[in-house]
Formats: sequence, structure tokens, C-alpha cells
Amino acid sequence: MESPVEIVQHTAGGVIGASWLMIAFPLLGAFILLVFNRFTNRWGHLLGVAMSLASFVVAVLAFFELLGLGEEQRRQAVHLYEFIPGMVDMGLLIDPLSISFALLITGVGSLIHIYSIGYMAHDEHRRRFFSYLNLFVSAMLLLVLADNYVGLFIGWEGVGLASYLLIGFWQFKPSAATAAKKAFVVNRVGDFGLLVGMFIMWTTFGTLTFSQLGEEVGKGASNGTLTAIGLLLLLGACGKSAQLPLQSWLLDAMEGPTPVSALIHAATMVTAGVYLVVRSGAFFFPEGSAQALAVAIVGAATLLAGAIIGCAKDDIKKGLAGSTMSQIGYMMLGAGLGPAGYAFAIGHLITHGFFKADMFLGAGSVMHGMNDEVDMRKYGGLRKYMPLTFVTFIVGYLAIIGFPLLSGYFTKDGIIETAVHHQPVLGWLAVLGAGITGFYMSRMVFMTFFGQKRWAENAHPHESPAVMTLPLIILSIGSIFLGGYLILSNTLMDFLAPAVGAPEVRPEFHPFTTPGLATLALVAVGAAYAWMKYGKAEVPAVQPRGSFLTTFARRDLYGDAINESLFMRPGQWLTRLAVFFDNRGVDGVVNGLAAGIGGSSGRLRRLQTGFARTYALSILIGAALLTGALLLVGTI
Amino acid sequence: MSPWLPILMAVPVLGAIVVALLPKGGDKLAKQVTLAVSLLVLVLTGVMAAQFKPGGARFQFTAEYDWIPSFGVKFGVGVDGVALVLIALSAVLVPIVVLASWYDADGVKTADGTIVTPKRSVKTYFSLLLVLEAMMIGVFAATDVFLFYVFFEAMLIPMYFMIGSYGGAQRSYAAVKFLLYSLFGGLLMLVAVIGLYVAASKGTFMFEPLIGAVKDPTTQKWLFGGFFIAFAIKAPLWPVHTWLPDAAAQAPAGAAVLLVGVLDKVGTFGMLRFCLELFPDAAKSFTMPIVVLSVISIIYGAIVAIGQTDMKRLIAYTSISHFGFIVLGVFAMSNIAQTGAALYMVNHGFATGALFLAAGFLIARRGSPFIADYGGVQKVAPLLAGFFLVAGLAGLSLPGLSSFVSEFMVMIGTYSSSAHGSGAFTVAAGISAVAVILAAVYILWMVQRTLNGPTAEPVKAFKDLNAREVWVLAPLIALIIGFGFFPKPLIDVIQPSVVHTLTNVNVSTAIAERGTGQ
Repeated sequence: MESPVEIVQHTAGGVIGASWLMIAFPLLGAFILLVFNRFTNRWGHLLGVAMSLASFVVAVLAFFELLGLGEEQRRQAVHLYEFIPGMVDMGLLIDPLSISFALLITGVGSLIHIYSIGYMAHDEHRRRFFSYLNLFVSAMLLLVLADNYVGLFIGWEGVGLASYLLIGFWQFKPSAATAAKKAFVVNRVGDFGLLVGMFIMWTTFGTLTFSQLGEEVGKGASNGTLTAIGLLLLLGACGKSAQLPLQSWLLDAMEGPTPVSALIHAATMVTAGVYLVVRSGAFFFPEGSAQALAVAIVGAATLLAGAIIGCAKDDIKKGLAGSTMSQIGYMMLGAGLGPAGYAFAIGHLITHGFFKADMFLGAGSVMHGMNDEVDMRKYGGLRKYMPLTFVTFIVGYLAIIGFPLLSGYFTKDGIIETAVHHQPVLGWLAVLGAGITGFYMSRMVFMTFFGQKRWAENAHPHESPAVMTLPLIILSIGSIFLGGYLILSNTLMDFLAPAVGAPEVRPEFHPFTTPGLATLALVAVGAAYAWMKYGKAEVPAVQPRGSFLTTFARRDLYGDAINESLFMRPGQWLTRLAVFFDNRGVDGVVNGLAAGIGGSSGRLRRLQTGFARTYALSILIGAALLTGALLLVGTI
Repeated sequence: MSPWLPILMAVPVLGAIVVALLPKGGDKLAKQVTLAVSLLVLVLTGVMAAQFKPGGARFQFTAEYDWIPSFGVKFGVGVDGVALVLIALSAVLVPIVVLASWYDADGVKTADGTIVTPKRSVKTYFSLLLVLEAMMIGVFAATDVFLFYVFFEAMLIPMYFMIGSYGGAQRSYAAVKFLLYSLFGGLLMLVAVIGLYVAASKGTFMFEPLIGAVKDPTTQKWLFGGFFIAFAIKAPLWPVHTWLPDAAAQAPAGAAVLLVGVLDKVGTFGMLRFCLELFPDAAKSFTMPIVVLSVISIIYGAIVAIGQTDMKRLIAYTSISHFGFIVLGVFAMSNIAQTGAALYMVNHGFATGALFLAAGFLIARRGSPFIADYGGVQKVAPLLAGFFLVAGLAGLSLPGLSSFVSEFMVMIGTYSSSAHGSGAFTVAAGISAVAVILAAVYILWMVQRTLNGPTAEPVKAFKDLNAREVWVLAPLIALIIGFGFFPKPLIDVIQPSVVHTLTNVNVSTAIAERGTGQ
């Protein structure tokens, strides 16, 4: 196996030296828009877009500067300032892994900013929307660029805040407000893991900086420590990436405006868990260790759970959300396989960023033309009315189901092949998941764009303006070609190798392997079944009752029900009990004691006002007298 | 002899006298004078703080005047890093509170629209505020233990009147409860102070000569107990915390800020300086029970906070949880944890101050402290809602805001502390980290019920923040964000002073304690 190269201190200046600008531009944007408030209403969205684009430009320049360096030099730590003296300094790590993310975040992020100009055009709070988007981009960049866990954590919770604000953007809707709070709280459960993981790192290795941690872990660490850290980091990753058992917030998060769902809850933020695992590779070592296996199992379980949920949703955004869970499950599975899977996991993350953003924005474009209707049972036959949206959506759809030669085909296949090789059971589950993906995604396409019109009476579907369709076109181009480019000649694997290591044997792409063919066959079966049920047959405009299994999937595998009965209700009882105890118990005992001194408890009320005042005064006078007497004794 | 600290105390006292002597009907002038005096104190504090040398002598700007020579009592003042930042905190908060309480002394509005009229005049309120400021500076500056005690007790008087005369409907009950609890603790401390004088037999109450003077372990334990109980009531620590929610809920918002933001810090400040350094062996032997109490405070305070229906009580309970963190950090006996604890004292002052004041602005508009009486404020008063949210986020220690740095330092410093050898600190830090989740629940649930959702009928008439109110909250928010990313100036001042404490307790002063958790 090829190990990552050492991190070197950056001294040369240049764009890499100024890479903090990537974070600073959108932060400045958010600041200006929030502080100068309604004075920026007229041009606020343009500033937002400009700041995001500026960040993208810096990322591209830094990328090329990095490419110009030799492989041994491709991990540059940029020192910024002393943060907590003696403990951790703030710095950035510019390496192939972080720059890949930076390009994805600023690139797709900018497209979504542009799209939002059109999508949010009629919202009176568009300026506020762009300030939150900018805040998000800034925090997400800090997350992936920080060269230490504390900086990462600031970004980590920063994106959580942005997510909270944007899910609850239409906070006057109680459902949106609840969903926002839920997302934050569930994420904090994961953050607990990340925090305690940092405690152990600091206690064991005396540092929280990636470069030093790498060295210290390399010197040897007990398996128990590594497993503990690994599992705690995984808990954090599960929260942010909506993996089992912390998945429940993502479906509710669809309350946010659709560009938010595309950017935060599909393309970037929710993939931060995958980033965390890959970045923390040192703790998930060796391959097949308990903690690495746990990552792969969580991934496999979630990819199935998400796919099953996706099958039963009539809400187009929730269907896509289930699909996001599922696709991140694939990435997690890949990340759990060690250096052999890292490049495929990150590759799938990047291509998914494109095709999922493409489809979410497509869904947004559909909603835009359908009075914000999200129920696919009220769609149907839309391909003729919004052709551009249709074509771009179809491209995303083909990419996600792994249609040969499109982006998703290469990256997902890479994960499946590697998984079958290293963890056969999980690998074949991933094959099965691909089949289910073929079904639910086809169902979505047929219900939306094909079949009979089942529209509401006031629906007048129309194509969206160019400011919205242009991003769709660019994203679909990425959805077509990016996967092949990254995977076919191991471009991405070789690029990432200095940062995350690489397997000894470079994988070669074979189109006709057993798992590969099985995947294609299952996808075809899934798609065909969907055609029979939702393409050829008429889709009922009202949701049918459905079997036990359907209900199971519709209710998100009873995730909420489990959380409610396991945590929420007992928590509510505990809270009530504690409040009661505090009012009657603790206070009662103290009041009772006081009453005991003053007489019967019947006089409690009087004690609390009249008598106690005298009592207090007598203590004060007593203390004064005592002090006085002592001082007097002293003077004699 | 440096005149700085006596001047810092004299200025507000003189100001208080001037305000008190103003003619009747000069309410507005009283407010303006108070604001000017408190701003002058702030400027003077800033100039003084700029001259503090973190690497220099432990106590700087010292001054000693004989007070009761026959008894060895001196008016001895001086500041180390921790005292300095707490004095600075007081100096920052007072002008903000003056501005925030501009109309508080005119009467407190209740939900049904009636006004609870204050018992005393407007100018008395502002005069008390300045007296309190002098005492807050004095209590942190005192280097004579007896002088410290005197300030510790005397602080109660202005606060008692601010709650009892200007508070809400239950103000008498709350004020008396506050006074009773505090006096009980104060009495114990007085006994311990005298005991310390006798046991040390140095003929002085000055702090530095008394370090290490009491050697007998049993005596140490008794004296430690006297000091600790007084400080635990003040801080307050579970189970002697119940006076705080009543006092904070009934006090006018500005007084509540000073009560929770500064006065309560005297308790944790006292633990750090007096309990640890004067009685190091006793402190070590009581560490475990105290750690247990602080962890209970952290979790219990958070859970009870979730269940509160009254905003101010809710904030008070979150503070009980936060004080648990501070006490935990103090007794974790490691550099990072104690530095974090001292930093927490400052950051909590800003965060809770902002939260109390923002809540106060809500309550001033609606008249009700009850969360259920609100809803949808975001829509009608976005600025107020925004400030309230950011203050709340500081309350849940969001990374990037100052309170995160201190909470993180306390937890990680406790987890890695080698002071006690056993895994008890590890467990304590692990459990206390659960509060991170609970904090999200208590803050965001309150935010959801007050700011989000459909706008409640009485809320529709809300006006957004006026300029005065923005000037109250904006500086606090700026400090919270600024120190969230750049805590170094504070830490640089605090850390050397913590090293002194740790050295006197005879535990490791290292920042990174490697290899203890394997």
C-alpha cells in the first residue's frame, strides 16, 4: 500500500498562501448582507453570487498551483494564527483531498447561487437567503480546508448552523421550524461523538493537528484507542451524513427551499461525514479493523435503507432525499474499505454532487412551474412542457442508476467492485441496492415526466428561466463525463494518493465483471418493474393504501417512531420529573428547613415575606456585630 | 503602589453620590450621568488592562493601605490575569446594562398590561448600579482576604434592593430568598476567614503570605468547607441553586445580567483562588465529590432548563448548567481546564448577558416572561429575533462563538487531566459532553416557540429594536464573535495566573498531558 506523503509547511506565498481568501470571500458576503440588511436588498443576491464565484476562482488557481508541485510537495499546511495558545493553531491544509472538495463546493455552490437568483426571485427575503448561502459556503470550506480538528469542528457546526437557518428559512411554517431544530439536535448527537473523539486524540497524542496526529499515530497507538476514536468519529459522520442511526433529520430537512436541498442536503454538507472518515484515515487503519468495518456496515445498511425509503415517497424531494441517504451510504461503504475504496468514495461523492444537484434543481424547476407542488401523483406528462428540465433530469437519472458510460456508472461500479472484493457480503448488498435504485429513480421519472397529466386545476407548467436552466445544463454535462474522466485511467486515485494513500495494485476498469453485470441486470429489472407499475399503468392520483412493506418504507422505516419512543418521550418525562423535583424537592427541602426554624410549615408564606426579612436582617446584624467584636478584640 | 484600582473603585462611588444627590425629577440626567460614569470606568479599565504584563509579577497594580492595623486588616488590592479579565467583564457589562435598563426603573410591565411600580426612585436604581460596580471591581481586586469578604457581603445590599424594589410581582420573595441563601454562605465564610487568620497565625489577612500557611489537614478541610459552601451558593452549584431562578426571573433584566454575569462569578473566582491555593490538600481530597456535584449541575441544570415555561428562569437554569462546567474546570486541576474555566467566566458573562437582555427586550414588549405568550417574532421584529438567536447560539456554545472555546477547553482539559490519576475525570468530561446535545434542545426549542411559527396576535404589534437597544446588544455580539475566533488575548492574560494557582496546588502545569488516557 502506498502511504500518504508528509504534510509540509507552506512558505512560498502564492495562491496557496492566500487560500484563506476562499473562506473569507463568502464570509464577507454573509457579513455585509446581514449587517447592512435591507440596504442591500436590491443587489444582495448579486453580491452573494460574486463572493461564491470569487471563492471558486481562488480554488481553481490553488488547484493549478498544487498541480505544479511535485507529489511529495502536494500537502501544504498554511499557518494562519495562534488560536488556542499551546493547544491548537488555526491553519489550512491544501492537499488533493481538500482542494477536490473546495472545487466541488465552490463550483456546484456557485451554480446553485446562480440558480437561486431565479428560484428565489419572488421571495421577499431573497437577500437573507443569499447571506445564509454565503455563510454556508464559508463554513463548508473551513470544514474541508482546516488543518486540525478544532477548525474542522468550527466549520462542521457552522454548516450545521447554516443548514438550520436554511431548513427553517420559511420559519413561519411550524413544520419548517420543527425540521430545522430536529436537524440541529440530531446533528449534535453526532457532534458529541466528534467532541469525545477529539478528547481522546488530545489526551493520547497531545495534538489535534492532522500533520502531527499522522506522525504520532504512525509511531504506534493501541488498537483500543484507535477503535474508540474511529467509532466516535463515525458517530459524528453519521449525524452529518444522515447515516443510520442518525438519519431521521434528512427527510424532514426537505422543508427548506429546493436550492438548499440541492447544495447542502445533497451535494456538499451531507457528504462531510465521508470527508471526515477519509481525512481521519489514520484512525481507520488497518483495513478491516473493527472501526473500518463499522463504517462499511453503516454504509451498506444506509444505502439499502435510503433506497427502500426512496421507493415509497410520493413527494419528489423526499424521494430524492432517500436517494441521497442511499448514495452517501455507497460512499461510506467505499470509505470503510480503506485506501482501496477512498478514491471511488470521493469520486462518487463528486459525481453525486453533480447529478444529485442536477436532479434536485430539476425538481425545483418542476415545482417552480407547478405552483410549488411536490406530490408526484399530481405531476405526469411534464416532458413536453419543460423539455430542458426533462432532458437534464434524465441525464442525472441515467447517471445515478449507473447507465453505462455515464458518471455514476464508473464511480458506483468502483465502489461495488472493491466492496465485493474486500467485503463480499456488503458488496452484494450494494449490488442489490443498485437494483432498488433502478426502480425508485425510474418510478420518479415516469411519475413526473411520463404518463397522464394529473395536475391540479390551476397548474400551468412552463419551462424555467435561463438563469435556472443554465446551471442545469452545466451540471448535466458533469453528470455525463466526469465519472469516466476521474475513474477510467485512475486520474482521481493518482491525484488523491499523496493525501489519502493508494492501494498497491492499481485497479483497472473492466466492463464485464460478475458484480458489474449483475448490477446492470438488476438495474434493468428495477427500471422495467417501475415502467410496468408507473409508466405503462396509470398512476392513481391518490396514494393507495399499500402493503405492510410500503407503509414501512413510507414511515421512513419507523425511524421517527423509534426515536420518539426511545428518546423523546422518556426525555419529556425526565424533564417533567426534574422540573417537579426542582420546584418541590430541592426548594421544598430548603424552604422546609427554614420553616422548621421559624415554626410550622403553615407559616411558610409569611416566612417568605415578613419573617424571613427579619431573619435575614438578624443574620446581617449578627455578622456585623461579630465582625465588630473581633475587630475590637484586635485593637485591644 | 499603583493608584489604578482605588481610582477604578472611587469613580463609580463618586458617580453614585452625584446621582443620588441630583434633584427630584432629574431622572433623565441621572441616567446620563450613570452612563457617562460607567463609560469612564470602562475607558480607565481599558487603559489599565493595556499596561498589564502577562509574563510579569502575579499581582500587578497593587496598592496597600492600612485599614485596621491592630488586626492586620489591609485595604489591599491588586490583580492577576483572572481578576483582570473579570474586572474588565464588569466594566464592559455595566454601561451596557445602564443603557439596557433605561426604562426598567420606571416600572415593570406585566402580561395583562398593568405596571408593577417600583418601590424606590429612578435615580436610586442607577445610584445602586454604580455602587454595585465599585463593589464588583473591589471584590475581584481584593488581595486581602478580609477585604474580599467585606465586598463579598456588601455586594448583596445593592443587589437586594435592585431586585426587591424594582423587580416583578414576586420581587420580595425572590429578594429575600437571594439574601437568605447568600447570608448563610457569607456567615460560614466569615467563620472560615477568622479561622484562617487564627490557624495561619501570620498576623495578616493578605492573600500571598497565607498561601501554604495552614498545614494541618483537618483544619484545612474545615476552612475549605466554609469557603467552598459560600462560593457554591454564590456560583450556584446543585443543590443550593434554587435561589437563582427566582432572583433572576424577578430582577429587572439589567440587574439579572449583573447578578448572573458577574456576581455569581465571585463564587467560581473564589474557588479558583482561595479554595485551591489556601487549602490545596483539602481541595484535592474533596475533588471527587465536587466533580460529581458539578457534573450533576451540568446535566440537571440543562434538563430542568428544557422544561421551563418562563424565559428568564430558563436562562437561569442554563447558567446553572454552565456554572457546573466552570466548577468542573476549576477542580479538574489542569492548565487547559482551569484556563478554560476562567475564560468561561468571562464568555458566560457576555453570552448570558446578551441572552438576558434580548429576552428582556422581548418581555418589555409583551409584558410576559412566558414562552407560550410568544410566537413568530421573526416575522415582525427580525432584528430582535436575529440578536436573540445569536445570543442563544452563544448559550449553546456554537463553535465560532466565544463560549465554545471555553467549554471545549474545560471538557478537553478535564478529560486529559492527570491530577487525580483515576479515570474519574474522563467519565466526568464524557458525561458533561452530553450537555452539548441538551443545550441545543433548550435553546432551539425556546427559539422555535418564541421566534418561529405563525405570529401570535399580541406579537403582531411588536416594534423592532430601536437604536438604543441595538447599541446594547451589538457590542456583546461583536465580543462573542471576536473572542470566538481570537481568544488568544484573553487566554494569554489568564494562563500565567492559572499556572500560579496550579503551582501552589502542586499539580502539573503542562498544557498537553500526553499518554494519560491510553
